[in-house]
Amino acid sequence: METMNMAGKAIELDADGHLAHRGDWNEEVARALATQEGIPELTPQHWTVINFMRAVFDKEGDAPSIRRLTKESGVDTKTLYQLFPKGPAKRSAKIAGLPKPKGCI
Amino acid sequence: MPENNVQPIEKVSIIVSHGSLEGVYPALIMANGARMEGIEASLFFTFFGLDAIIKKRMNDLKVATVGNPAMHMPTLVGALPGMSSFATKMMQKEMEKLDIPPVGEFITMIHDAGCEIYACRATVDMFHLKKEDFCDELDGVISVGQFYEKAAGAQIIFT
Repeated sequence: METMNMAGKAIELDADGHLAHRGDWNEEVARALATQEGIPELTPQHWTVINFMRAVFDKEGDAPSIRRLTKESGVDTKTLYQLFPKGPAKRSAKIAGLPKPKGCI
Repeated sequence: MPENNVQPIEKVSIIVSHGSLEGVYPALIMANGARMEGIEASLFFTFFGLDAIIKKRMNDLKVATVGNPAMHMPTLVGALPGMSSFATKMMQKEMEKLDIPPVGEFITMIHDAGCEIYACRATVDMFHLKKEDFCDELDGVISVGQFYEKAAGAQIIFT
């Protein structure tokens, strides 16, 4: 199991490079993960997406699809790709401290 | 973990040549999936595949119930009036459960995700289609030569 130093702590990662334990997550860790993903600063819009991802995961046990993200988070598809250029559903899940989403859409 | 000498896919060009529901969706799911992975993607619609980007037809694609052994339905039953519509409705219901959007919405989503959408020049001329017949997401009607130019460095996927 890989560990990484983030926000002054050694944090365990899973095989996909996502947090192994959700409990390790805090906003500082999110910022460290974002930097790792090439996002230097998390704007309020980034946080809207991250918080939406966390809320859906808490309720349903999996991250939302990109379609649901677009429809329900209040951030449209184009903006999502600007915020998380290398794939919004997966990158935002990682930064939100969630495992890699399972869905195809 | 990928092996050292294996390069990840960076760009795909997907050709859609069929106009049935089951002929179109795999390509759309692959294009959307590529963008979700940060892979550059474009879609090239040709022959009956054009139905998926023709405004009046795109939300009315049907499942083929005849000539499709995997439907597990005798040909004569598949040919009954309404059978194709029925199979289509069933499939659409299942897809909605998986959060797979209808074709029109899917095309908008894929285009917003940065995937370019092209129509085949030869087919457009053959079917006497005009620019205004197509959905707003169409980025252009291009020749096969232009397609290859745009596909430079991409994996080409024919569906």
